[in-house]
Amino acid sequence: MIERLGAWRRRGVLAGLAAGAASLAAPSILRAAPSGKPVRVGGTLSLTGFLAQTAAVHKIAADIMVEEINGRNGFLGRPVEYVLLDDQSKPEMARSLYEKLITVDKVDLIQGPYATAPILAAMGVAQRYGKVMIQSSMGIPKLQTYDRAFPATPFGPEPDKTYPNVILDAMASIPTPPKTMVVLTSKFPSAQFMAKGMQKEAEGRGVKVLLYLEYESGNHDFGAIAARVKEANPDFLWVGSLGLESNLLLEALRKLDYVPKNHFHLYPAPGPLALSPDGNRALCSTFIEADEPFMSRPGMKRIAAEYKERATKINLPYTTLDAQACGMVSEWQILEAGVNGADSLDDAKIAAWLKAHTVETLLGKQRFNGPYNHGDAGQMIKQVQNKEWKVVWPKEFAAPGVKLLAS
Amino acid sequence: MPSATLLGQALISGVLAGGMYGLLAMGLSLSWGLLRLVNLSHFALAFLAAYIVYELGTTWHVAPWWSAALVVPAMFGIGAAQHWLFDRFRVNELASLLITFSVAVILEAGIQLYWTADFRRYETDYATLSIKAGPFFIPVLELALCLVAGVLAWGTWLWLRKTFVGKALRASVEDADIAAAYGVNHKQLAYLLSGIGAAYAGIAGTFIALIATLAPAEIWTWLGVVFAVVIIGRLGNPLGALLAGMAIGAAQSLAMAVFSPAWAPVVSFSMLIIVLLWDPEWL
Repeated sequence: MIERLGAWRRRGVLAGLAAGAASLAAPSILRAAPSGKPVRVGGTLSLTGFLAQTAAVHKIAADIMVEEINGRNGFLGRPVEYVLLDDQSKPEMARSLYEKLITVDKVDLIQGPYATAPILAAMGVAQRYGKVMIQSSMGIPKLQTYDRAFPATPFGPEPDKTYPNVILDAMASIPTPPKTMVVLTSKFPSAQFMAKGMQKEAEGRGVKVLLYLEYESGNHDFGAIAARVKEANPDFLWVGSLGLESNLLLEALRKLDYVPKNHFHLYPAPGPLALSPDGNRALCSTFIEADEPFMSRPGMKRIAAEYKERATKINLPYTTLDAQACGMVSEWQILEAGVNGADSLDDAKIAAWLKAHTVETLLGKQRFNGPYNHGDAGQMIKQVQNKEWKVVWPKEFAAPGVKLLAS
Repeated sequence: MPSATLLGQALISGVLAGGMYGLLAMGLSLSWGLLRLVNLSHFALAFLAAYIVYELGTTWHVAPWWSAALVVPAMFGIGAAQHWLFDRFRVNELASLLITFSVAVILEAGIQLYWTADFRRYETDYATLSIKAGPFFIPVLELALCLVAGVLAWGTWLWLRKTFVGKALRASVEDADIAAAYGVNHKQLAYLLSGIGAAYAGIAGTFIALIATLAPAEIWTWLGVVFAVVIIGRLGNPLGALLAGMAIGAAQSLAMAVFSPAWAPVVSFSMLIIVLLWDPEWL
């Protein structure tokens, strides 16, 4: 029986991979243009409010993918229409808008919003109506308890354990592995969740955590925090930051004439940190970067070029395709694979197909049959080197000639 | 137990950070205290100024002090124009809160339309310069901000206390009819004061561009703490606003150094409640 299941699983994996790879690789000219009544896919993004900087990235990626899908066969031969609404970075707004999308706009399918809180709000609505919901940014997977909700990024079911160990493995590989560290984090729920995991795993591996500090999300005054970090003088500084908090912290440290020895940042604004004079050798987690070996993945070069062009056009300061944007690309790839694989727009059938198959995405092969519908964790570490992000860990994902630089 | 160096450094950082609270609070305090208009668009104007300074600096390589020379008078004009609208439609204190909130939201949308929602950072060579004083480091930009805020607060306080215009403004707040009987033209003075308040937003915006991060939603970042500063410093009192800002900044920073950084917002609002309950005569 086990063997039989294994055989089915292998077939499922192969079918999923073949479908995904073929859809990405085949030029649109070989396919008939989709026609008929559009398949309406509803979703919200935080186009305004405090999460708005991420929505611009996601919107470009979604627009590219809708065009790509329509350039192929649409969904089941019908064109895809993305009905996008602005949840204003508010979970309660996301909840109302998903209710509206499903009951008033009568969309055929939905896509998830951005960030843990709006995703949780939307997930409740999706569950009530039995809709499949794919999301790319829920930082706390154990909260994804709805059986038709699927992750588009390979966080793995327990990122609070896997993330820290990838970082600690990388740090253990440098000539002088850190013996002490400071964990500093925003109180943003997903950052705080990861910080607690980092503290626990580090202590478990014998790294002494000198300080564990939490600050309010959106804090602007890092003077006193920097003074505490300087006084602790750790071998490794782990920062559960969002947006430009990392830049502000590093600047505050430099004002005290202190440069951290090795420093990791959880969710920084990638462009400003890479370009900052203080960002050199900063570490961060990622799933993909616009570099080899990832550029050789099917569709990556084309999507990266298209992304750059569109991001430049709307005046985004950082125009390189990054893990955030790839998360949204992956969302659409999974939905496309699910619809094509199930050969149906029926949510139950799509969910069943996804659970039984592996999908090839820009973020690698993804499966959904683990706890909370999560598959394998795919975290990597990137580092700022000469004002560019480079994947440095695990070593097999580093571009030729690139290696982790320790301070 | 934190070391004396840590406490001293935290105190310096806090007082200097409080300078920003004070500078932002000054314009709001003048408008609320002397015009009875609660101008929430003050924060949006400060960020509009910050974005203009950022744009001039990063695209046209204009030094921030030259940008300020352009932005501050422009903000004065916007402030005066805004008051014309308030006057034209006879906006009262409560309505001003709603109307200026709407103006702030519109400005936020406009900023996002032009500069996108993405984070912006104006990198300068002097952003991280510090003066070393014994074991302590004093950040140069924050020090400059505090000095500018100090000069403005002291100058405005003297202007309100010692000049005819200032006395006339204060008299109008006490009793507009009696002041008018003595020849005080409150309407004209209100334009001047509204312009000055907005110009202060322009000055604050110049420093925001250099010190802080820019994103449209950041407009609301300092709203709570600056309101606390305005009330603790007493309405219409620029010197009180600056001192209250520095006191709150110092208390927040010490809380961050001694307890947890997450305690900072609790400190400012606890101070507000204590002051409101205590209501000391000397304040």
